[in-house]
Amino acid sequence: MASLDWVTIVIYIALLALGWMSVCGATYDFGQEGNFFDLSTRSGMQIVWIVSSFLLASVLLGIDERYYDTFAYVLYLGFMVLLLVTPFLAHDIKGSMSWIKIGKFSLQPAEFAKFATALCVAKYMGTNDFDISKRLHFLVTCVLVLLPMGLIIMQKETGSALVYFAFFLMFYREGMPGAILFTGFSAVVFFIVGVRFSETSLWGIQAISLGRFLVFLLIWLFTVGLMRVYSNLFAPVLRVFAYGGGLTLAALFFSKFVIPFDITWVQLGVCVGLIVYLLFLAVKHHVARYAYIALFAIGALTLHYSADHLLNHTLQAHQRTRIRVLLGMEDDPRGVGYNVIQAKIAIGSGGLRGKGFLNGTQTKLKYVPEQETDFIFCTVGEEEGFLGCAVVLLLFLFLILRLIHLAERQPYASGRIYGYCVLSIFLFHVFINVGMVLGLTPVIGIPLPFFSYGGSSLWGFTILLFIFLRMDAGRNRFVNNRAN
Amino acid sequence: MENDRHFSNRKYVLGIMATLIVVVYLVRLFTLQLMSDDFKRNADSNAFLKRIQFPARGAMRDRTGKLLVYNQPAYDIMVVMSEMQDVDTLDLCQSLGITREIFDRRMEEIRDRNRNPGYSSYTQQLFMNQLSAEEFSTFQEKLFRFPGFYIQKRTIRQYVYPNAAHILGDVGEVSPADIEADDYYQSGDYIGKLGVERSYERQLRGEKGVEILLRDARGRIKGNYQHGKFDRSPIPGKNLTLSIDIELQQLGERLMQGKLGSIVAIEPATGEVLCMVSSPTYDPRIMVGRQRGRNNRILTADPMKPLLNRAIMGQYPPGSTFKTSQALTFLEEGIITPQTTYPCSHGFHFGRLTVGCHGHASPIPLVPTIATSCNGYFCWGLYYMLGNRKKYPTVQDAMTTWKDYMVSMGFGYPLGIDLPGEKRGLIPNADFYDKHLGKSWNGLSVISIAIGQGEVNLTPLQIANLGATIANRGYYITPHVVKEVQGEPLDSIYKIRHYTKVSKPNYEVVVAGMRQAVIGGTCHAANNSWYEVCGKTGTAQNRGHDHSVFMGFAPKDDPKIAVAVYVENGGWGATYGVPFGALIMEKYINGELSPASEEKAEAFANRTINYGSTER
Repeated sequence: MASLDWVTIVIYIALLALGWMSVCGATYDFGQEGNFFDLSTRSGMQIVWIVSSFLLASVLLGIDERYYDTFAYVLYLGFMVLLLVTPFLAHDIKGSMSWIKIGKFSLQPAEFAKFATALCVAKYMGTNDFDISKRLHFLVTCVLVLLPMGLIIMQKETGSALVYFAFFLMFYREGMPGAILFTGFSAVVFFIVGVRFSETSLWGIQAISLGRFLVFLLIWLFTVGLMRVYSNLFAPVLRVFAYGGGLTLAALFFSKFVIPFDITWVQLGVCVGLIVYLLFLAVKHHVARYAYIALFAIGALTLHYSADHLLNHTLQAHQRTRIRVLLGMEDDPRGVGYNVIQAKIAIGSGGLRGKGFLNGTQTKLKYVPEQETDFIFCTVGEEEGFLGCAVVLLLFLFLILRLIHLAERQPYASGRIYGYCVLSIFLFHVFINVGMVLGLTPVIGIPLPFFSYGGSSLWGFTILLFIFLRMDAGRNRFVNNRAN
Repeated sequence: MENDRHFSNRKYVLGIMATLIVVVYLVRLFTLQLMSDDFKRNADSNAFLKRIQFPARGAMRDRTGKLLVYNQPAYDIMVVMSEMQDVDTLDLCQSLGITREIFDRRMEEIRDRNRNPGYSSYTQQLFMNQLSAEEFSTFQEKLFRFPGFYIQKRTIRQYVYPNAAHILGDVGEVSPADIEADDYYQSGDYIGKLGVERSYERQLRGEKGVEILLRDARGRIKGNYQHGKFDRSPIPGKNLTLSIDIELQQLGERLMQGKLGSIVAIEPATGEVLCMVSSPTYDPRIMVGRQRGRNNRILTADPMKPLLNRAIMGQYPPGSTFKTSQALTFLEEGIITPQTTYPCSHGFHFGRLTVGCHGHASPIPLVPTIATSCNGYFCWGLYYMLGNRKKYPTVQDAMTTWKDYMVSMGFGYPLGIDLPGEKRGLIPNADFYDKHLGKSWNGLSVISIAIGQGEVNLTPLQIANLGATIANRGYYITPHVVKEVQGEPLDSIYKIRHYTKVSKPNYEVVVAGMRQAVIGGTCHAANNSWYEVCGKTGTAQNRGHDHSVFMGFAPKDDPKIAVAVYVENGGWGATYGVPFGALIMEKYINGELSPASEEKAEAFANRTINYGSTER
């Protein structure tokens, strides 16, 4: 027990306490006269989940960490089967087929599949001959992660499925080329910028869509940047940069001051020329990297055109509206944007110190939807104000930094990998959930760890965390055993 | 292990990424929570519903305690759209007496957020307003068949008698100007529009209460904010006791049926208005509820102007009733003594100027002059006053002195009655004549003002007040129609005695003249054996038929009532003025009319004067 990381446990308990207060605030109804322990209320039930989580945590701490390693694959397989059959056993909750009813309670297997997947991936990647730069190994890890993701999407829980992208952060730590993260990041940026500014015109020139101009500019810049990073050529990169930039600028001025025309065709030409040049370099120097960079540019162009087509031709009107609202291109206070607007109002009305425990009006009067689950952070914002929010966010940051520290001190790769899985999942949840409430990230329905009401998610996070704490507690024994 | 070491710097990348996310979110929180109040305001308008609680408007009683105005329950029909299902629309329309088209249009209006910004399908929306108990009774029986429909009780003003419309006034929805002038009001509130309802609006309306309710996202009420700590109960309006005697008012209105004009009676000792008739009048009961707007338009369009309160807004030549004020002025200024006589041979003759008079003995002193209403006497009086260069350096100075006397008797300016819209009448002054006649005018130029003609105009209220002043022998109290406000002293301006510039002994002379007019002069029809009546007729010349005027009071030595009667185009003062004045005095002093008087009253009530259809 002495080797247990009590710092993490204190943060965990602090978050649970604050989370419970928020659930009280979010579910308190006027006239309830403040019996928060009544099991008919959500705050009362949350106490049950918290207490059972403590029990679960102590049980997990009591299990020899080697068992986790031993049973990793079995657990993974078991959970994949469970995820597979879930839609057939589940009853429909708001279109989601992810909840299995056991007696009085409903459980969401997707929440538990995370730790199983993490254990499995950690075990696979922790083997001595694993090398992430080997294509087959990386492919297997990707499949291990994408399988539960696909199964959860089949349960119509897209939000929970997206969480599995968090594993790519761990992959990055374990040596996955940064270019892959960069490519993913670029894809998101190209998509958002392209759509967001598609209806704005550049510099008052009607013919030019600002969105397309920016996307082509970014594609060109990123491609040139990749060339610079991944090659030892200096002069050609500078040349490519100068020619492309010069052409684009010239076209821009010509369009502005002489004859207005759509200069994105010039940019497309620049990009295509760049691609041809890269392919030429690849063939000439027999270096695959240039081909990959060319592939990046081709992929980006394809993405841009297909996103355009998707948005304007494939998607239905309401889906298009949803995307447009998410990107701030449309106001829709009573429709899609309602949640986000009400969430901002609730948080914004909290001020520095908040309205005080149970004094929030927006959350209590149900202006904020899903306020005790996905939008729980609104209650923190309204009742505890900026100071409360800062405390919560900093606690999460400390937790993640602490977990990085713990992961890095693991003697074996599998322990470290598991640790990174845990912290990546927490980071992803906090990033998306809080960002969504603040109107910064898309509305993806995933819980805020330790805050959102519900047994499945709380147990899921507790299991994730305490298996890692158990591994961490056993780290010295491993070393000692080895020394012996 | 080699790999691990190689990539271990990436832990910093992840740590920095996490830190950056938190920093960005903290900045965002800072801007949302600390940089702007908009969200706070938005939150308040989301959550707080300030429900106004309307106080009961004060009731009104007459001087004898009879209830005149009170509040009657009315019913608004409310609808909650989301609860409305399986409603038999046809049945609903029938029980409300509306057509299907009206129903559909109303539903559309309710749903239209432009017209009904507070719309929510979960809360009660106004469907129809101010249904009377009768209109509502059929609907109530069937209410259970119309889920989603509710009833909200309101009050509407009720008037017990079909009389005194001009005094009582009415209430209507506030205008944008009212809201602008007083932020107490909100759109849809009611406010006194005319009469006492308007002039005592502040006392009658009470104080609105407010309940701060918490409203959830679906518009449902979840209770009082902080258990009602910030709520305020409404304070009911104050009840009023009017100085009006409703039976006297009814008699006056009965007499004036079919005639244009006014009867005003004042209790001289207090200035309390006992009745104030303006004819034509209307039934105040048509000015409540949903038909108010339509009836208001009809009355406004009527060429006889029934909405005009002639008692305070009609400005008429007072005719011979004005001679009393001249006698008082000439006596006080020493132009005449009670013994002074002037010649009158069928009128006042000066050069080519003639003011006609009827035949009577001549010359005679003041008392019989008043009794016979001699024109010549007062023309000579004014001529000598304005021409007296020993006393007044210029004719303008003389005129100014004269004007000051008139003003001291309550002429030329609004008296200040507690009703809206009082007119000032017209008392010309030196400037007036300088402007209209040039500088070279003299007593002869303006001679007709001596007999209450020419430029002089008084309201019937001012004539009645002249009667009260003579009854009081030299002072009046500003006439008023409200005798008591519940729990609050009457405005002190209705208690002060306004003394005229004329001393009491001179009043006694005029009183004697007015008494003589009743005993053996123009007003002999007003004479009776119960009490001593004093009076003065007036026959105001006019482009058409003369106006019949009377001003008097009784009993002579302990005056209880002063009356002015003005019947437009009624002819001689004795034709309508004297009998009307006599009946009003009898009714008030004796409490009832004798059978003979009752017969007379009935006969007069049935007489009409043909005014044609020209706008009045």
